[in-house]
Amino acid sequence: MIKYLADLLVYQWIGIQPETRMGESLNFFFYDTMKVFLLLIVIIFVVAIIRSFFPPERSRKLLGHRREYVGNFLAALLGIVTPFCSCSAVPMFIGFIESGLPLGITFSFLISSPTVNEVALVMLWGLFGWKIALLYTATGVAMAFFAGIAIGKLKLEHLVEEYVYRIKMGETEMSVPTWKERLEYARDYTKDILRRVWLFVLIGIGLGAWIHGYVPMDFIIKYAGPGNPFAVFVAVLIGIPLYSNAAGTIPIVQALVEKGLPMGTALAFMMSIVAISTPELIILRKVIKPKLIAIFVGIVSVAIIIIGYLFNTIL
Amino acid sequence: MKKIEVLGMGCANCNKLYQNALAAVKLSGREVEVAKIEDIQKIMSYGVMSTPALVVDGVVKAVGKIPKPEEIKEWIK
Repeated sequence: MIKYLADLLVYQWIGIQPETRMGESLNFFFYDTMKVFLLLIVIIFVVAIIRSFFPPERSRKLLGHRREYVGNFLAALLGIVTPFCSCSAVPMFIGFIESGLPLGITFSFLISSPTVNEVALVMLWGLFGWKIALLYTATGVAMAFFAGIAIGKLKLEHLVEEYVYRIKMGETEMSVPTWKERLEYARDYTKDILRRVWLFVLIGIGLGAWIHGYVPMDFIIKYAGPGNPFAVFVAVLIGIPLYSNAAGTIPIVQALVEKGLPMGTALAFMMSIVAISTPELIILRKVIKPKLIAIFVGIVSVAIIIIGYLFNTIL
Repeated sequence: MKKIEVLGMGCANCNKLYQNALAAVKLSGREVEVAKIEDIQKIMSYGVMSTPALVVDGVVKAVGKIPKPEEIKEWIK
């Protein structure tokens, strides 16, 4: 249906020939734009409704006094559904630590929450299909699980700022929202996300469409194809400082995959963009010492690089 | 006198909520004290983990969202 609309728009109304580069790029652009925005609206709305059932205060109770492994797994799953915004990272972190949750489990949550986020999922689903979106989710949860366990095993509790342990959290009766409130929350949330990402999505799809029509087929194979053993490593190094452009990056990556970028390298690149972000690190600095931040970044980077090479081998 | 506290460590959303609270007070025509609470210990003492949050006379009314001035007005009647 969307394909038909895009064909109609470019080839009939604008009147560009289908076989030309311009026609192909434009068609690609309109098709992807319509598909992605439709998915963004529907999926973010649904995710927001699910999220309204899992405020972080509830996740804290659900995690309670869980032990390693089970706790790490549960935390990684809850990270998907609990709304996360980097401005809440500090109270969330303190809330978890204060409830007696081990540091490793807290990190499982902190890693999965931004990594498996709805915008990345929509972009992956829309541009790569649901199988890759699912693979990405499973990989993100697995990474949060193992990285959290690794941080737990290192016994780094002393690298949390001392004041965090002195904070006593109060008790609040949270009123249960009505369905009307949940729907309103979902509507506002969807609007808010769309307002924040639409420009990046358009730019990303625009660049992707340009690559689709104009970049020669063997270009990527030459530089970042299976023949280059450092490609995953370099991709992750570039991805870590990039953040707010997650919505814009995936369409570009998709176009590059079409031109021969191996899927593992692509997944590792996308994951490194969302899993670690500079603003989040600056905020986390308020509760943990620089050494723990470095360990956190190190472990997650290594995990993503392993994921990249793994998928390059098996996919 | 009623008192509104806006909990948050100074992010953009916290500022928006603070502005909404001020607007709500104007709408209601009452004299209400509006304070920004940025101290993490104080924020946590309300049992809140997501910010911004809004507290009226010590009771948590909204967590992790930005209610509109009209909604806040209802809470300070």
